[in-house]
Amino acid sequence: MTTAPARSASEVLGKASSSHRLRDRSFVLLLAALTSVALIVLAVLLIDTGIDGIPQISISFLTNFPSAFPAKAGIQSAITGTLWLMGVVTFVIVPLGVASALYLEEYADGSRWWNRIIEVNIQNLAAVPSIVYGILGLAYIVRGPLSLGRTVLAGGLTLSLVVLPVVIITGREAIRAVPPSIREGALALGATRWQAIWRQILPASIPGIATGVILSISRAIGETAPLILVGAATFVAFNPSGLDSPFTALPLQIFSWISQPNDEFRLLAAAAIIVLLVILVVLNAVAIRLRNRYQQRW
Amino acid sequence: MSTDKLTTGAIVREVSDQEAADQKHAPVPVVAHHDVIDETVENPVFVTEDLSVSYGSSPAVLDVSLRIAEKEITAFIGPSGCGKSTIIRCFNRMNDLIPAARVEGMVRYHGLDLYGDDIDSVQVRKRIGMVFQKPNPFPKSIYDNIAFGPKVLGMSGSMDEIVEQALRRASLWDDVKDRLKDNAFGMSGGQQQRLCIARALATNPDVLLMDEPCSALDPISTGRIEDLMHELKETVSIVIVTHNMQQAARVSDRTAFFIVDMDSSEEARIGRLVEYGPTDRIFTNPHDRRTEEYVSGKFG
Repeated sequence: MTTAPARSASEVLGKASSSHRLRDRSFVLLLAALTSVALIVLAVLLIDTGIDGIPQISISFLTNFPSAFPAKAGIQSAITGTLWLMGVVTFVIVPLGVASALYLEEYADGSRWWNRIIEVNIQNLAAVPSIVYGILGLAYIVRGPLSLGRTVLAGGLTLSLVVLPVVIITGREAIRAVPPSIREGALALGATRWQAIWRQILPASIPGIATGVILSISRAIGETAPLILVGAATFVAFNPSGLDSPFTALPLQIFSWISQPNDEFRLLAAAAIIVLLVILVVLNAVAIRLRNRYQQRW
Repeated sequence: MSTDKLTTGAIVREVSDQEAADQKHAPVPVVAHHDVIDETVENPVFVTEDLSVSYGSSPAVLDVSLRIAEKEITAFIGPSGCGKSTIIRCFNRMNDLIPAARVEGMVRYHGLDLYGDDIDSVQVRKRIGMVFQKPNPFPKSIYDNIAFGPKVLGMSGSMDEIVEQALRRASLWDDVKDRLKDNAFGMSGGQQQRLCIARALATNPDVLLMDEPCSALDPISTGRIEDLMHELKETVSIVIVTHNMQQAARVSDRTAFFIVDMDSSEEARIGRLVEYGPTDRIFTNPHDRRTEEYVSGKFG
């Protein structure tokens, strides 16, 4: 047996085209450059805010109430106001969002025009600017039929309207991700439709639904425009005492400080932005962890 | 061949309505009446008469009439698209879940019209269990998988005992008795399918419908499920859809052979029942040429 003489790659595979390879490489470089534009802008913003804000963050900054004197001003009432708002939002969007998602996925007959109208509307509502919800909240929740006034409840309900479409859409996706074979398996055992949904489909989709809820809350937490419209105060030197209490919130506090002529308040705004960013990152991390840990691979 | 295509579906109707047959296009019957219905079945668990299922406007399977014996294994064989799965899904009204599906003709279960006005499909499925092509355990523990059926049916008695008994009947108990709380997704494919069988048995069904239960399994797992079917037929009637002829020959007492026909416009594919009878006769002495060609491996 003789071994065949070694042959070069181009002999075996054909001649490589150098122009192809060049085009390939330049395309990758172009994509990387475009991506880095976004990343650089983000980094500059973060670094700039960090330089201004991080030195301002202290225990007293977190625990003081707003003040006319920058050295004594803090964000306690803004943090508690935000927590109250998010509590109301969670309480409203979970049942409403899950129920709507279940109806649309499991019961609604997609060939009926009214169900299609609901679907299209929800998709559209998710893209409506939040200030429009603010106007709605002012007209119908703060004043008008509900007349709740400028309270925590009114602010929370308005923010719930802003994020509800997103919760419904992500909830539907989570429910749709449960394979039909699970539904069939439950029904074939003599379960009613409700039993199959309540005991198998819904539990299997909870990680996905929870992820959607957390992401919606992290969107609601940063909303400013609707809160300005529903008339949340910007200078609140006390924590909300209940649903009917006046309130402020982190983005509003930031907004108010940035519009102050005094530079020191601008530094405080940067510090508050960092606190808000940390809360957001934590929420998103929890959402990602939930998704990775509990999401079923079918 | 073309006359076969045109006449097979019509035969059942025409035999049951002799006069009409004489008047109309009087076909040469390629199969005798009893080849399709199998009247030797006494005490049938299911009787279908001219059962047709269509999805939207296109018929999927036409004019199936057969009698399925109690405490026996009945196999449905035939090429893909011949409607065997569609028919088995009429027996526990799973086709109800497909909005466009329309069922015509009669399905009787112990004499009861399954598609009668006063029949609740949920009640039907409590008596008639089903195992699917791909194992579909719930994403829960082995124990909870079994307990789900008895719970939703509100069965009385110790749940631990119900679970153990179901797992024993599916000869799975010894494999899993030490890890009942483990997630069912950690089991092998064959174990998952036996878990699905155990899950169906936990509600004490009268019939077990199996829709290609071994098509996703290796030969050893398949063998275990076939052994299991032999044990189970002491207590339940089994209808199995399979595309594996050897499996039908090994496990079943009776076999129904379906075929897929093009309709006249060559656009829709329509399933029809060709021949039905004791398995050994279907495999050794089929009356219809197409059955013979199929079981001898000439097509399909």
